[in-house]
Amino acid sequence: MHTVFTVFGKEVLDNVRDRRTLMSALLMGPLFGPVIFVFLINLSIERSLSDVEQTLDVPVIGAVHAPNLTAYLVSHNLRMVDGPVSRDAALEAVSVGTHDVVIVIPPDIDERLRASLPARIEVISDRANSAAERDARRVRTALERYNRELAAIRLSVRGISPLVAQPFTVDDIDVSTPSGRSGLLLGMMSYFFIFALLMGGMYLAIDSTAGERERGSLEPLLALPVTRERLILGKILAACLFMMLSLALSLVAFFVALKFMPLEELGMTPNFGPEVVGKAFLLLLPFVLLGAALMTLVASFTKSYREAQTWLSVLMLAPTLPILVVSVLQLRPRTEFMFVPSLGQHLLLVDMVKNEPLDPVHIAISVASTLVIGVLLTWLCARLYRREALLG
Amino acid sequence: MIEVRDLRKAFGKVQAVRGVSFEAPDGRITGLLGPNGAGKSTTLRILYTVLKPDGGTATIDGHDVVSESLEARRRTGALPHGAGLYPHLTARENIAYYAKLCGITNPELDEKLARIIETLDIAGFADRRTKGFSQGQRTRVALARALVHDPQNVILDEPSNGLDVMATRALRELILRLKSDGRCVLFSSHVMQEVAALCDDIVIIANGRVAAHGTADELRELTGQADLEDAFVAALGRVADV
Repeated sequence: MHTVFTVFGKEVLDNVRDRRTLMSALLMGPLFGPVIFVFLINLSIERSLSDVEQTLDVPVIGAVHAPNLTAYLVSHNLRMVDGPVSRDAALEAVSVGTHDVVIVIPPDIDERLRASLPARIEVISDRANSAAERDARRVRTALERYNRELAAIRLSVRGISPLVAQPFTVDDIDVSTPSGRSGLLLGMMSYFFIFALLMGGMYLAIDSTAGERERGSLEPLLALPVTRERLILGKILAACLFMMLSLALSLVAFFVALKFMPLEELGMTPNFGPEVVGKAFLLLLPFVLLGAALMTLVASFTKSYREAQTWLSVLMLAPTLPILVVSVLQLRPRTEFMFVPSLGQHLLLVDMVKNEPLDPVHIAISVASTLVIGVLLTWLCARLYRREALLG
Repeated sequence: MIEVRDLRKAFGKVQAVRGVSFEAPDGRITGLLGPNGAGKSTTLRILYTVLKPDGGTATIDGHDVVSESLEARRRTGALPHGAGLYPHLTARENIAYYAKLCGITNPELDEKLARIIETLDIAGFADRRTKGFSQGQRTRVALARALVHDPQNVILDEPSNGLDVMATRALRELILRLKSDGRCVLFSSHVMQEVAALCDDIVIIANGRVAAHGTADELRELTGQADLEDAFVAALGRVADV
């Protein structure tokens, strides 16, 4: 145990002394998630708010033919501006993206309205352009509303209740809670934690294996009266320490970032207080050993520092795969999923953020399975370190 | 005391060592001399246990390098070819790391560190990080690291590579001091003069075999050459003929 501690101490000191690498690992990893998150959420908040509040300029051809209609649209925050000269020019303008939407009002509209005949209004838009489509939808919704209002007035004038034309009403009732809605969006944050965790130990895992070999310090080390199992254990434990540090930092960074995000405006109140931060840390803790052992194992196979970096960068994506598959297939959490490292942690974390009760059996399976795989990988590392080919 | 019997080692199809036998007794300096790629390094790497032999045996003070490798390593101080240091640690920390791994603890640790730092004249740069050290400084630290636990057997793979005149002289003095302490010193070199000047016994290796073995005088006699360099060339010629 003394030997393991000596190796651990030296690797920690070595890593701490390497300021630049340490900074990049402990800042980049933990801050990457929250920064992207703040950016994305603020963007989506801005967009959803702009929809209702901002006045939209709508180019219209033939506005003069329907003053009542244009007045109605203006009262719904749509400002009428002069459109292209002709319908053909409008089609062209929308397809190249000069305008998002153009309304075409025919000259005979007044005549047809008086005769109670359906008048034709064209809304030219490009449905393939999703940003433009949001504006077009606002225009169509306003026009439909005006349509219904006119119909109701016509029926009233003829002594018929407008309710006749409305056989039933449809009410949409959403049972999701504000915390539940957060889960959808905050689901991806579990990956950010795992990413930060892996990032924190990546450089140490490389340096203590491929780096040590490349510097020529591995061979004299192996010539010492120390078993290789103890050497590798000390190195893996040192990587674990930095992974834990990085994980803790990223959890705290998220906690702080969420405080500055106007999530209530999106109808979300994520359950992410200090207590959840602590629980999330404990839930992800078993993943630390797995991550450190896996990264050390892969780095031991590589021939150089650069090769190790390439492989480990690819490896960082591996924990996303199970999360991605389950998200795309929209599978409900099941007990079997808890056996899969990263997926188990992800599902438990999502439930926690949604403020739903956690099944103790699920927690036990996730923790045990991840730990067992971590120990297995550590054992494999030790086996690998006994091989001669290790010296490259 | 190092004993090597019929050692064999292949890397894939390349036979690096094909039956090397020799003895390196305590209190003597034994030199492995041979051209590049002769199998010197492979032999030494087997002795400090980072490689396993395909055949034959090697013992350090009677401990087999395969079955009792930990005990063999405990009695050995090894300086591999091109041994690297940890650039973020100071010279002293580099040496202390190895000392601790050898099981040396305080107060013995400080005392041993002080002694080896003095012996190898490292004091001037002992507390600087080793990044940017000259080749001579690096070799001295790597040597200190290998010798800090006072091993009875010292294995040095091309220790004088890249050293200037002064550093080479210091190294030579150190090796002589180890000999006078009664240690067994085994080192490899491809520099004829160095081996001739230092070694009590010379093992000439070529093509993975021992071409000749003996003191400088014995080698001259064996090959019938008055000059050691000629004796070396003659010995190599004998192997090539086999």
